[in-house]
Amino acid sequence: MRTAVVVFPGSNCEQDVVRAIDTLGGEATLVWHRETDLSDFDGVILPGGFAHGDALRTGAIARFSPVMAEVTRLAETGVPVLGVCNGFQILCEAGLVPGALIANRDLSFICRLVDVEVVDTDTVLTRAATLGQILRIPLNSYEGSWVDPSQSGRVALRYVGDPNGSQERAAAVSNRTGNVVGVMPHPERASDTMLGSVDGLVLLEGFLRSLVPA
Amino acid sequence: MRVTVTVVRRPEIADPEGTTVKRALHDLGFTDASEVRMNRVIHLEIGGDDEGEVRSRVEQMCRQLLANPVLEDFEIEVLG
Repeated sequence: MRTAVVVFPGSNCEQDVVRAIDTLGGEATLVWHRETDLSDFDGVILPGGFAHGDALRTGAIARFSPVMAEVTRLAETGVPVLGVCNGFQILCEAGLVPGALIANRDLSFICRLVDVEVVDTDTVLTRAATLGQILRIPLNSYEGSWVDPSQSGRVALRYVGDPNGSQERAAAVSNRTGNVVGVMPHPERASDTMLGSVDGLVLLEGFLRSLVPA
Repeated sequence: MRVTVTVVRRPEIADPEGTTVKRALHDLGFTDASEVRMNRVIHLEIGGDDEGEVRSRVEQMCRQLLANPVLEDFEIEVLG
């Protein structure tokens, strides 16, 4: 089972994702954003960072990186696709997850551990978690407030409290079929006791469990 | 041709930056500023001299990239 971790110019969380997947015994490989064939991979993760310097809007340029046509193709065939933070923003711009991310309600860059509640376990991110489970995961974003005028996104994780004004207090949102998920806090940064929490592991475990051979 | 695109966030979508600027204006005594929205203006130079054609090209650019259809509308002004 192989997971592609896409590296855009300006990505900065890709090594953390690889390390966290490795902790769980999974296999993750870095893939440059110009790659157009991911058919050897069973899942894709778009990591956090500032792809293309967040020019124009977060994710707006990355959404047209050559790799994204392939990510879209895989997503449409049911392959698990996860976007973390900036990856979530890219998935929204690409239309793979409903809605968009705008600046936090209080215009503050939020960088702290937050509690989120699992409210849907039928997604590739939350499959290994239990309904109602509270997880402590680091949030690290400025454009982290999710809005969805279409009201078609499925909320998978909900903030306990309301750190950024996100619609429905959504911290993670999936497409209709649950195989594409965007998550604003960073599960990979809650993957070792040294980091202050290991609560992200159950989420990445769910992702790995969702993989089926290509 | 010179073209100006104004990307406008739809009124129903929150604009935290606009709200903050409005608050600052009120603090400065400009309490008559009842609404502040932070739009984005993009200046383009486009080849061609058919205004209709240029406008339709820019419209495509807006739909594909310059505006986010989830949040924003756009206005195009061809300056000639």
